[in-house]
Amino acid sequence: MVRKIVIDPVTRIEGHGKVVVHLDDDNQVTDARLHVVEFRGYEKLVQGHPYWEAPVLLQRICGICFVSHHLAGAKAIDAMVGAGTSAHPIPVAAEKMRRLGHYAQMLQSHATAYFYLVVPEMLFGMDAAPEQRNVLGLLEADPALVTRVVRLRKWGQEILQTVFGKRMHGVSAVPGGVQKGLSVAERDRFLHGDDTVPSMAQVIEYAQDGLAVFHDFHAAHRDEVDTFAVVPALSMSLVGEDGNVDYYTGRLRVVDADRRVVEDFATQDYLAHMAEAVEPWSYLKFPFLRALGREAGSVRVGTLARLNVTQTLSTPMAAEAAQQFHDYTRGRANMMTLHSNWARAIEIVHAAELIEQLLNDPDLLSEDLRVDPGPDAWTGEGVGVVEAPRGTLLHHYRADRDGAMTFANLIVATTQNNEVLNRTVRAVAQEQLSGRVEITEGMMNAIEVGLRAYDPCLSCATHALGQMPLVVTVLDAAGRVVAERVR
Amino acid sequence: MTIQLTIDGEVVTTTEGTPLVEVAAANGTYVPTLCHHPGSPCLGTCRVCAVRVNGAIAASCSLGARDGMVVEVNTPELRDLRRTIVEMLFVEGVHNCPSCEKSGRCQLQAVALDMRLEGARFPYRYPDREAEHDAARIWLERDRCIFCQRCVEFVRDRETGKKIFSISRRGERARIELDVELADAMPPEQVAEAVDLCPVGAILAKGVGYDVPIGQRRYEAWSLRNRVLGRRPS
Repeated sequence: MVRKIVIDPVTRIEGHGKVVVHLDDDNQVTDARLHVVEFRGYEKLVQGHPYWEAPVLLQRICGICFVSHHLAGAKAIDAMVGAGTSAHPIPVAAEKMRRLGHYAQMLQSHATAYFYLVVPEMLFGMDAAPEQRNVLGLLEADPALVTRVVRLRKWGQEILQTVFGKRMHGVSAVPGGVQKGLSVAERDRFLHGDDTVPSMAQVIEYAQDGLAVFHDFHAAHRDEVDTFAVVPALSMSLVGEDGNVDYYTGRLRVVDADRRVVEDFATQDYLAHMAEAVEPWSYLKFPFLRALGREAGSVRVGTLARLNVTQTLSTPMAAEAAQQFHDYTRGRANMMTLHSNWARAIEIVHAAELIEQLLNDPDLLSEDLRVDPGPDAWTGEGVGVVEAPRGTLLHHYRADRDGAMTFANLIVATTQNNEVLNRTVRAVAQEQLSGRVEITEGMMNAIEVGLRAYDPCLSCATHALGQMPLVVTVLDAAGRVVAERVR
Repeated sequence: MTIQLTIDGEVVTTTEGTPLVEVAAANGTYVPTLCHHPGSPCLGTCRVCAVRVNGAIAASCSLGARDGMVVEVNTPELRDLRRTIVEMLFVEGVHNCPSCEKSGRCQLQAVALDMRLEGARFPYRYPDREAEHDAARIWLERDRCIFCQRCVEFVRDRETGKKIFSISRRGERARIELDVELADAMPPEQVAEAVDLCPVGAILAKGVGYDVPIGQRRYEAWSLRNRVLGRRPS
């Protein structure tokens, strides 16, 4: 009797989706898929709006990585008005203000995903009771750690409020720059701390907690971590001129299992290099590299991919951690799903160090914040790409000569990861469920752990409206539910 | 001529003929308005300033003070009436405050926030209204228009006095039109004035939005109620 397992909804991720696992008569996994069941609409909704409103409207896709959407959109409209060229460069202070907001979001988003969503499994195990393996369980087990995480996140959130005017869905970027710079008082508050926020030095200290937690867990569970869902795929990231990851600007680079460059292209040429496949069972598209086809050309993006692409990281502690990360796989690309969390912990440190560099940079205090290229520079089209916490995020806009949006294409990190997410679900299902007569809560949770390592955001990926959860189900050949998780 | 009337039971003294909405404000009673523009002729289009005068409902912007008037402003019934009008304005248009660049300096939004309006009791109509963006510097976003007609009456070509904005069609299909030729002749400061005059986000300056940081926008820096009552922020 063939069985089908459904996990619906998958929990502690952003958005609504379900996992379906098919088992044959011998309880062997024959197929497993992540179905994304949200509907999309933002690309259509923005049409007809004034182009300068697009980065503000489209950031509403997400309540977590709105900064990334705002900045990807900002870069797209820079290109539309002809800013960011050698003739009309974006002012240095404007770019640094954008980067400050970007890194602050990276810090607090990673801290949320890592400590609140992932660490509970590290401390309590995948088989622990659901009521224990969550942030409240974590608070009970290690209140000091949670207190530090809360302070770390608050510091990041306060930077977001300072840069964007609000902690969520604020505004900073305008065509050709930003609307507001940083004052000396604001800078000093984040450098030295006050009654409400920790100092920069404390933040650097807190930021290292994630790595310590990972290394402790890894030392105690090396086999489990290293063999859980090893999923081969290419790795893609935005890189700067030196070939190392740049979270804000650069070219898109793809590397293979040996970390050799297989594609390297300008972001505005993405359509020549990338295509998208669709499946009838998911609203989420499947992007891939045209030259390699869907099977070989699907890429992984996000923390693990960025560490695979980059040779080093530009700040001292993160560079040392990246070296250790690279040494672990002897310089080859790391395909171990749970090592995404290691990479995320490294990026928490990196984000904190990058912010420290910026806060000590006098350029940030400049009042030259915006360039106006004038009407003759108008191009009407722009592609903006940033490395969001979850991976490469692309906004592509077109507007008519009057400034009305005529086209928007958004390719978000979770969409880029769609094929790899499905491969991960299959890998975990094979490892955990194949040959088992009884399907336990822990086995089902293992599938969610695999997905959660990517910190997927299905709301972003489908540009959905509203808040929806995710589900896992197991069905037999007759379509009967043999196991199910619904939140 | 100096006269006396009562507002919510309090006797106040004013000059005969002064619009009631201004008499109320001068005596510490806030009445919300959208079309009323102090110092300009009365439009009386939005009806948001509805009060009860000598027992009858009236738009307080359009009625001049008379001796012995009995004016009621803050009764539960009148508050609900004004709130109802604001709710209808919201459902008749498409007011996407989260992404509208006028947010924080939009009078409709400020009035609604002052009323603690969080939703409308009526179904949204989602009208299909075409934006007008042929002019070089002005974008007319009709979705957000509440048809106050301030632009029609108060924005004029500085040389000829001709109206730059006008009304076409009738009934619920009525809409604001923009004379593109005259609009393109507007100096930048007049464009800014027109944007400022519009109580919603219907008149926009192309490519200029979001130029004031959140927290410093007009009604965030100084609330609408306190502006009307002349109470400066401390």
